[in-house]
Amino acid sequence: MAVSAPAPPREQPDRAFRAPVGDTVREKFTQLVLLLGTLAALAVLAILLIDIVLDGVGGLSLNFLTNYTSRFPEMTGIRAGITGTLSLMVLVALFTFPLGVGAALYLEEFAQRNRWTRLLETNINNLAGVPSIVYGLLGLSVFVFFLGFGRSLLTGALTLTALVLPVVIVASREALRAVPREIRDGGLALGATPLQVAFRQTLPAAIPSIMTGMILSLSRAIGETAPILVAGAVFSRRADNEPWNVSEAYTAIPIQIFDFVKRPQEEFQVGVASAAIIVLMTILLLMNSAAIIIRNRYARKI
Amino acid sequence: MSTESTRTVIGPSANGKPGPTLTSPRPRYGERIVLALLRMAAALSVVITVGIILVVFTEAIALFGIPGVSVVDFFTDTAWRPFTDPSSDLFRIGVLPLLNSTLLITAIALAIAVPLGLATAVYLSEYARPRVRRTVKPILELLAGVPTVVLGYFALTFMTPLLRAIFGTDVVPIFNAMSAGIVVGILIVPTIASISEDSMSAVPRALREGAYGLGAARRQVALKVVFPAALSGIVAAVILGFGRAVGETLIVSLAAGNLPPRDLPALDPFQQVQTMTAYITQAVGGESSRGSVTYQSIFAVGALLFVITFLVNLVALRIVRRFREEY
Amino acid sequence: MDQRTASDQQTAFSPIRLNTSSAGSQQSSVPATEGGATDTTASRSTAPSQGSPDDVVFDVKDVSVHYGSAPALVDVTLTIQRRKITAFIGPSGCGKSTFIRCFNRTNDLIPNARVQGRIDYHHQDLYAKDVDPVEVRRRIGMVFQKPNPFPKSIYDNLTFGPKVNRMKVDYDEVVETSLRRAALWDEVKGKLKENAYSLSGGQQQRLCIARALTVDPEVILMDEPCSALDPIATSHIEDLMRELEKDYTIIIVTHNMQQAARVSDRTAFFTAEVESENDDRRFGRLVEIGDTSMIFSNPSDRRTEDYISGRFG
Repeated sequence: MAVSAPAPPREQPDRAFRAPVGDTVREKFTQLVLLLGTLAALAVLAILLIDIVLDGVGGLSLNFLTNYTSRFPEMTGIRAGITGTLSLMVLVALFTFPLGVGAALYLEEFAQRNRWTRLLETNINNLAGVPSIVYGLLGLSVFVFFLGFGRSLLTGALTLTALVLPVVIVASREALRAVPREIRDGGLALGATPLQVAFRQTLPAAIPSIMTGMILSLSRAIGETAPILVAGAVFSRRADNEPWNVSEAYTAIPIQIFDFVKRPQEEFQVGVASAAIIVLMTILLLMNSAAIIIRNRYARKI
Repeated sequence: MSTESTRTVIGPSANGKPGPTLTSPRPRYGERIVLALLRMAAALSVVITVGIILVVFTEAIALFGIPGVSVVDFFTDTAWRPFTDPSSDLFRIGVLPLLNSTLLITAIALAIAVPLGLATAVYLSEYARPRVRRTVKPILELLAGVPTVVLGYFALTFMTPLLRAIFGTDVVPIFNAMSAGIVVGILIVPTIASISEDSMSAVPRALREGAYGLGAARRQVALKVVFPAALSGIVAAVILGFGRAVGETLIVSLAAGNLPPRDLPALDPFQQVQTMTAYITQAVGGESSRGSVTYQSIFAVGALLFVITFLVNLVALRIVRRFREEY
Repeated sequence: MDQRTASDQQTAFSPIRLNTSSAGSQQSSVPATEGGATDTTASRSTAPSQGSPDDVVFDVKDVSVHYGSAPALVDVTLTIQRRKITAFIGPSGCGKSTFIRCFNRTNDLIPNARVQGRIDYHHQDLYAKDVDPVEVRRRIGMVFQKPNPFPKSIYDNLTFGPKVNRMKVDYDEVVETSLRRAALWDEVKGKLKENAYSLSGGQQQRLCIARALTVDPEVILMDEPCSALDPIATSHIEDLMRELEKDYTIIIVTHNMQQAARVSDRTAFFTAEVESENDDRRFGRLVEIGDTSMIFSNPSDRRTEDYISGRFG
């Protein structure tokens, strides 16, 4: 009898490279779990937006935008809040632009790399982690009382400026850093002083990115409630705010939303508040879109 | 040479004609002023930081100067009732109830945000196709950009009714820590997700390829290779999320309530609580005059809040910087 | 062999540009690039390498440059002569770019850089305490390796120099004159308001040269001006250099020794040495300097000969 050949190593050679079934199941399961986790956050965002729109769209009307607050939900409008928010926006832009861009210019173009500048940079980074309400405390103690500005539009604007200034500085520095070195070298080689090169070449080249950063920072500032709440914003006014009347009391859309949600009547809590939210989110959407458009249009002309 | 005549048109020549010399340049006073202004602008951020620290601590310390208010009580007493006169029996100045509330809500928030945030990070970093990543990341940014007052609205008018429907209205009061905690968790998911995802993306391809080359499945590479390698960044992300949750104001003011818990430690997530930030918001509403206990207590709580978040962020930033250097 | 004549015959430069660039004196300029090349080369090779003291623009004595503690260039002594093209050649790492930056105090802008020794510009110490580096850079211009026009219009590129130096001039005239000098006028005269980036690489470099001319410098430093350009653009620039030489003193760094041989009157050869056996960092030293034809046909130093003949690079 012939010796039989040894048995083949596997019973089913065509399945040699397939993963065991259990493994595939585990893999698919993991993938599913991770996907669900990812979708969960997005789903909440979707639910949030839909909920707000459903609650609030009925309350939107021209009257809503042009009326002041009243005891009656159907007659309440957020005109005071809108004017307050816009006035704050103008003032904060006016303050942060020179301060933020100036600081960024100094740090990027003129400061030597030594211990103090590094301390400054760490400082700016740390400020980003401070809760916004603490800036409100700063505003209360320094602007309202110590400097005597009271609970005025100026105080609110200064408080918000302190809040967003670190972000504007960081964004402006990035923008300046993105301007190629060769531009500066070329300018200096012509007998221009570093200051002339900074203002006539580097800064103009960085302006689109700086504007983008500023608009994004501004949109963050006007969405904030806590700092100006602590620093003295009122819940309602029966008058408009203008940017030039800095000593007036003021309110803002987020403050009014806060007020509406806190009221006991459900019409305020839900209907009016959500309508105001829609207005606020629309403003933010417009601002962020503007920032993105600027970034895309002007980003790489070079 | 004939070109001399055209050259004088251009400007002061180097051959001794009038103009600035090498050693006596045009005086540039304007420049010196501008530079000084720029330097002052840069110093402003330092001024703000110093200002915050100074203000918050001097006002806080002033609290303990008021007779009847002791630092020890502040940190050890278990009741918070600073609205009466310090000499009265009802007066209690222990910050623990507020601190407890803050930590309870933060714990709930992290319980939500860490799994969701990390799942998102792992999925985007190891599984998602580039197009999916490109769509999801901006949406996450969108979530991060929603004003907190809007999220507070959502917590009170959607989440609370939902929880009351699920668990029953006798278990869940209108103002409760759970609603607020869940929504604060949603708030910090983008923070945890994006920093963790950055950290995972920074892990070198070679590491992944080595593992795949040994026959590892995607989940094994993601969880056993990439995740541990990115751990320091992930830890930093969670710490930063923690810091953000601690400092959150609007959601907790609107949905968690305005009464600090009576019995400590307060662990029931369905009870009404008042966080440190919610207290500050409430206390400024009343017309408290400067120098009064209520006014100073705002700053004492604020100082504590500042210290906690500052330390947290310091730790997190140091970790982040370290992991960036490794790669 | 006469490399200059060979390359001249390839020049596609039209005589028309030469006429307008030096208003009023066409006769002397045109022959200089055509038949006269042989004569001038011959005369230069026999002329003494040191001119009279008035012909010396830069007097360099024992100059060394360090970045922090690491040397980049050590003990260089040479002179630069007026209205001549001097080329710095040598292998990479020999510090020639570092050296040329000493002439307009651009090394000041590098945080760790230290310049030791003395550079005299018309008998004045360039690095004296009271010397204003900004004025230095107006008189000693620079053209860079990669063309670096400003992200603005051609016109604005050219008016920047006069504006920052507060020169009282007619901007239109400055723009036209400098563009003509840089042999770019005809190509861009109709589109001065267009962005400088719309030009080709070679045109951008000529624009940068024109820009350097707008502040009426005496010296033009060129740090590998053609290395980012194609051969045709390169030959345009080389022709341009020979034109500019009539009015300006030019120093050029080049890694292309044939270019040095084509274009320059004097050549300085630098070599790269290593710190020690354990330290790979290289620094530069001047080997020799002399008339270009001498350097390329009969160098004094063995190292120069090795480099020229391609034995190392």
